[in-house]
Amino acid sequence: MRRAGELHVVGRALPRVEAAAKVTGSIAYADDIELPGMLSCKLLRSHHAYARIISVDTSAARAMPGVVAVITGHDLPVKYGIMPTCEDELALEHEKVRFVGDPVAAVAAVNEETALAACRAIRVDYEPLEAVGSIEQALVPPDDEPIHDYAGPANVHRLAALEFGDVDAGFAKAAHVREDVFFFEGNTHLPMEQHSATAQVVGGKVTLWSSTQDPHYVHRALSKVLGLPMGELRVVAAPHGGGFGGKCDPFSHEIAVCKLALMTGRPVKCTLTREEVFYTHRGRHPVLMWVRTGVDDDGRILAMHFRSALDGGAYGSYGPASTLYTGALQTTTYAIPAYRFEGVRVFTNKAPCGPKRGHGTPQPRFALEVHLDKLAGELGLDPVELRRRNYVKPFTRTVNWLRITSCGLSEVTDRVLEASGYEQRLRRPGHGMGFAVSSYMCGAGLPIYWNRLPHSECVLNVGRGGVTLLSGATEIGQGSDTVLATIVAEELGLGPGDIRLVTGDTGLTPVDLGSYSSRVTFMAGNAAREAGAKMRALLVKAVAEKEGCAAGEVRVAGGRIGVMSFEEAALLAEERFGTLSTRGSYTPPEGIGGRYKGAGVGPSPAYSYSAAVVDLDADERSGEIRVNKVWLGHDIGRSINELAARGQVEGGVYMGLGEALMEAQAYRDGLLRQPSMLDYKSLTFLDMPEVETILVETVDPEGPYGAKEVGQGPLLPVIPAVVSALHDALGVWVDEVPITPDKVVRVLSARSKGKEPRYGPKGFPEVPYPALVKVAPPDAATASL
Amino acid sequence: MPRPIGRELLRVQVNGEERELLVRPYATLLEVLREELRLSGTKHGCELGECGACTVLVDGLPQLSCLLLPAQVEGAAITTIEGLADGAALHAVQRAFVERGGLQCGYCTPGMVLAAKALLDANPTPTRQEIKEALAGNLCRCTGYASILDAVEEAARLLS
Ligand code: FES
Ligand code: FES
Repeated sequence: MRRAGELHVVGRALPRVEAAAKVTGSIAYADDIELPGMLSCKLLRSHHAYARIISVDTSAARAMPGVVAVITGHDLPVKYGIMPTCEDELALEHEKVRFVGDPVAAVAAVNEETALAACRAIRVDYEPLEAVGSIEQALVPPDDEPIHDYAGPANVHRLAALEFGDVDAGFAKAAHVREDVFFFEGNTHLPMEQHSATAQVVGGKVTLWSSTQDPHYVHRALSKVLGLPMGELRVVAAPHGGGFGGKCDPFSHEIAVCKLALMTGRPVKCTLTREEVFYTHRGRHPVLMWVRTGVDDDGRILAMHFRSALDGGAYGSYGPASTLYTGALQTTTYAIPAYRFEGVRVFTNKAPCGPKRGHGTPQPRFALEVHLDKLAGELGLDPVELRRRNYVKPFTRTVNWLRITSCGLSEVTDRVLEASGYEQRLRRPGHGMGFAVSSYMCGAGLPIYWNRLPHSECVLNVGRGGVTLLSGATEIGQGSDTVLATIVAEELGLGPGDIRLVTGDTGLTPVDLGSYSSRVTFMAGNAAREAGAKMRALLVKAVAEKEGCAAGEVRVAGGRIGVMSFEEAALLAEERFGTLSTRGSYTPPEGIGGRYKGAGVGPSPAYSYSAAVVDLDADERSGEIRVNKVWLGHDIGRSINELAARGQVEGGVYMGLGEALMEAQAYRDGLLRQPSMLDYKSLTFLDMPEVETILVETVDPEGPYGAKEVGQGPLLPVIPAVVSALHDALGVWVDEVPITPDKVVRVLSARSKGKEPRYGPKGFPEVPYPALVKVAPPDAATASL
Repeated sequence: MPRPIGRELLRVQVNGEERELLVRPYATLLEVLREELRLSGTKHGCELGECGACTVLVDGLPQLSCLLLPAQVEGAAITTIEGLADGAALHAVQRAFVERGGLQCGYCTPGMVLAAKALLDANPTPTRQEIKEALAGNLCRCTGYASILDAVEEAARLLS
């Protein structure tokens, strides 16, 4: 591996490769696509939370001038879903609707206005059923039928019960044991771009352009639902206006436009309204959590028992994975010798939840970090010191078999404490500082459905047209294109702007699972690096042969390969070797996780580490919280582009603060409370505090140039650090996020009445957990790598 | 069925070019720009005046195009993101956004860049607080606003 000083473009703060196209408005997002003869599609959605469909009458809609086609669930009767274990969705429902917003019919018309009018003309007869609105309600047998018939008992979707090591023995030995209960209200991604998809059929072959994060999985779902071979379908991820996990599922509108294009022979576009985006959701699960930890006299953790209950909304989506994620990564920051996790996900009649930035881990991270703060208080220990005593060590294996390699947890802790002056903070009324740490994956170790394909592949071509990288990765704003171009440029001695990219196109690019689980830099990056290194070797060989020197003497930098310009060397190499095309691929190594049922969630080839200090002022009268500054230290392994990396940290802190203070996808009487950008509160320019970003480079042994993720990790410690800072400021605990001012006022008034200075859930419901799957932890030899 | 409403003549100057268009009187300026003039650089995030993505300059002032009707812009000079650069040369605000990483997904960027340009036209040396106030109606979900703030400050320097 080359050292930092030998890197030319990796690590520099260069502009993003697509920046110019974005500041001039010339880049075409999905809704900017215009094709000749294109029709507009609109979906008719349920206004009932839960109802049986008696009949759907589309005759009036079909008769309207300008309406070209109308479809219902009978036209698309095949179920699908992102996870093979819960394919429970229909593009259009024809038996029952399960949430307000569930699509029932689709219209293709000459324009949007006519399509909307036609939707209004469709008559649906519903027989309302008793809607399920909460986790507690979903756990008891329903009055009407369960929301889905494939799960249960009651409206339980998924159960998990795992034990690693002897937890009871650990608690028996413990000098102190503490229990806490927490609730994390769900929230949504709120990408600035509304989802949009356009389908075109030429010669019987379908092309779909969509604002999707993972065309690979959409391609699979389309093939299944439309009954067409994969080869007749092409899915292109259009330039993307923000995803954050919200564009990772195959969606009704994507399937509907393909079906309508096949029926009408004309291109069909569907763009969701903002309100529809709120109903499409797939956002952060509301999670109720109970945690119990036993420590010895020195505060070393001996055993931990963690329970979670997830409100999944109406469909499966990524639910089984989301459930396991609420229990998987507690162990990647703290060495827990005995650990028990019990999780449950239930169905309710709300918009379906799914993956959002940090997928299933921000909720337990919030609970765990605040719980440790309370534990430290009880022990009279400094909360940072309690954590340090329990930090995982690099190159070890956790009790649940996750392989830890590079780990900058101590460094990020030291750096944020030093920069923020946390330990020397001065007390003034209403002012507080809080600290928390976290860790996140650099790509999921296993694909979403079982297959043996590499997780990322790419092809690199060099010719008279320059350098072109074909990769299935998708730029969703996180900097995927810039990272891949920088890596190829580094290998070839060029600048990132010299690399042309063809990405996220199942018809042109080799397999890549897509932009989720923070996998692009590590996985697609390693594939690009391999292809680049092979291309570099060909160019160097051709030049060395010509010049009669050793390959090692040919310097590759600054647009030159030895004595030749890049173009001359490329021409020479093509004459010598024929078409210049190299390939790279990445498959996570074996043995990064365990072998038990449920072991598929959590393993990753590397973990990033973050630490945050939040500084805030809280107003005792209004309950308002003013965040003054956030320090965020992040172990990125190595940054590929410093500008983009800092931007990811700042964006992660922003989103974490939003979730901590105001963002909530909440319901009242079965109705979504805030399906508009005005009512769904998010931070504006005026709310956003200064962020001091500290990048720590631990140079991971397997990451490309040592790089790890930065897209999701930095969000995680922010939420508990806010809770902790509020406690530091006012001496009260708010164990439920978001911490809206009313909760602060309520907890303060409770305290003034002599009640417990805490706002949060009172208990954890009875859950019919199955028998524990007992997994022996790794032995001492395996536990240190 | 939509009641047919006759189209009306709209005369506007868009990015320096005189345009005469027949438009639905209830179409928004956003729709006219994107659908009639095919200027898709103007974005939409809500079409209800809540996000700022559709910001354009109307006679030099930042306005939400999703809230304007043709009758309100009759005879006005409109600048969209496509009209900001001087030929192939980026405007200083655009250059600063590129260099300072003032964008990620780029979806809020056209509106942000135009709102920033209007601010700098009116106030060439804004404080950080003044920048925040001027851009508070433009939401961005990616950047956490920090790099946008840097970019606007850089643009002020480039322009001075
Ligand atoms: S689209 Fe105009 S303000 Fe959101
Ligand atoms: S850059 Fe994505 S919304 Fe601002």
